Amino acid sequence: MGVSLPTPKFMFWKNLGRSWYKFSRNRLSVVGLVIVLVVIVSAIFAPWITPYPEHAGPFVDFANAELRPSLRYLCGTDNMGRDIFSRIIFAFQDALLMAIVVLGLAVPLGVLLGLLAGYFQGRWADTIIMRITDIFLAVPPLILALAVAAMLKPNLMNSMIAITVMWWPWYTRLLYGTASSIKNEYFVIAAELTGANKFHIIFREILPNCLSPIFTKVALDVGWVILLEASLSFVGLGQQPPTPALGQMVSDGARYMPTYWWMTIFPALAIVFILLGFNLMGDGIRDMLETSRG
Amino acid sequence: MKLGSFLLRRFLLSIFVIIGLSIVIFVIARVVPGDPARMALGPRAPEEVVQTLRKEMYLDKPLPEQYFYWIKGVVRGDFGHSLVSKRLVLDDIKEYFPATMELAIFAGILMVFFAILLGVLAAQYKDTWVDNLIRIASYFGVAIPAFVVAIVFMLVFGYYWPILPVLGRLSPGITSPRTITGLLTLDSLIEGNFPAFWDALKHMILPAVALSLGGLFQEARITRSSMVDNMHKDFLAAERGYGIPEKTVMSKYLLKPSLISTVSIMGLDFASLLSNAFLVELIFNWPGISRYGINAMLHKDLDAISAVIVVFGVVFMVTNIIVDVIVALLDPRIRLSTARDV
Repeated sequence: MGVSLPTPKFMFWKNLGRSWYKFSRNRLSVVGLVIVLVVIVSAIFAPWITPYPEHAGPFVDFANAELRPSLRYLCGTDNMGRDIFSRIIFAFQDALLMAIVVLGLAVPLGVLLGLLAGYFQGRWADTIIMRITDIFLAVPPLILALAVAAMLKPNLMNSMIAITVMWWPWYTRLLYGTASSIKNEYFVIAAELTGANKFHIIFREILPNCLSPIFTKVALDVGWVILLEASLSFVGLGQQPPTPALGQMVSDGARYMPTYWWMTIFPALAIVFILLGFNLMGDGIRDMLETSRG
Repeated sequence: MKLGSFLLRRFLLSIFVIIGLSIVIFVIARVVPGDPARMALGPRAPEEVVQTLRKEMYLDKPLPEQYFYWIKGVVRGDFGHSLVSKRLVLDDIKEYFPATMELAIFAGILMVFFAILLGVLAAQYKDTWVDNLIRIASYFGVAIPAFVVAIVFMLVFGYYWPILPVLGRLSPGITSPRTITGLLTLDSLIEGNFPAFWDALKHMILPAVALSLGGLFQEARITRSSMVDNMHKDFLAAERGYGIPEKTVMSKYLLKPSLISTVSIMGLDFASLLSNAFLVELIFNWPGISRYGINAMLHKDLDAISAVIVVFGVVFMVTNIIVDVIVALLDPRIRLSTARDV
């Protein structure tokens, strides 16, 4: 586990076949990719492929409540008679949406700040940005995200805000290290000598050389964001019922243990499934992008 | 850099970060919609009473001035009043903090011990079924959240196979030892109260295992890979050449440098262990500061939330400094000045 040096150029698209070869060398990465594809496809087509799409909302059918897993209800039904399998598939939607929104906001922000701090290393921009980053990194993201989500009104939107607020500093720190070492490379100095402006140097010379570590981290972070979302909704600070969320289903189901164990075990397995998929795929993408690894 | 001046520098930097953290958490607590005084008194309190409390809480003053009053109290240990427990937040923290520390330290010891054990085993039996089994376990160890492990433990040990207690710190009927350190196991040992020690230890096992699994397997893999990387280094060949027995070479000269990367990641793993405690303590009804914090969050108990965040900020500062010092002790090449910043 050495610190990977930035690759000379981000070669992913130019060498698709070679990248795929490196990625698929580890069969587990392919397993991860398949799991991720299953999750994404089933989330997108949830209304059509789930047996009871109307159960992902305020649906009540007490006649069929608390039924064991069977062919009719693959994962059983909950205390209101809703099909747990359908609700899990619908919960994938919010989990993925969460990852997309959080990383879509936090990564550009963190990258931009990290680039600025790294390029202006030793100047006031560096000091201000990195000291603020230190503050946010002082407490693990879950604890601060819980606090922020709790102070706002608990819902999906606010849990996204809470997690985003906690996520950008990791990218700032990553980019700070990478950018501040790249800016001393000869090609950057050459660009400076030819009179390129700062904008060009930061975004055209330094940024393209930071893409590998960024993509590696994003690939590994998707799972973490989904885990954080599940943790927030587990304590009731994420998506609110009747809309299903994985963590929320686990904690709601836990109240009916041990008799109705399926209410909590299947959502829990779904969390493990989705995390396993994204982690294995993330490891594969890391191995693919890290040229320094033999 | 000398250890003393390193510690001093880190301490000063940490104070800056803690102050920054307190500003952030204070601002978030104050800018959220809702009047803290009204929330403290409930919707049916008469308006005059709310106004008086607003004055007492300095809510009529501008934000920087409010912060000044708040931090002045915090420095003197006055974190305000908890809305939920109706007590001083400081008293609550004093009561609940040791329980979390006891659990976290126990979980941390489990994590490090088994991580190194499994890592060494995997490296020694590289590419055999032992190694593969540990690798597969590590994929699941990372993918199974601590709260899921805790729920499964609840189901298994709470209902089907009750060999270990699943709730609280002590069984009813066991006399609790006098509070000396607040750590039940330690206090009962000091007192010589062995039934209480045994009972307290048994109560810790399930929550501690739930907390340690994630970091355990990650560290085991890191230990394994750095041992494998180091296995063919020249200095080991030299030691073998001197005729030092293979066992000594493995345990003394290979393990020590290989632990550097394990220890470096330990700070992060301990941080995620403690943040998972927020969910795991809730599940096992462990009367710690994390469960207190989560209850404060669910009730929008602003003073208690801020206090818990500041306390955890301090805990992580101390952990990170300890980790850096251990890394420096393990690896004489690392000067403390270049160790990870804050």
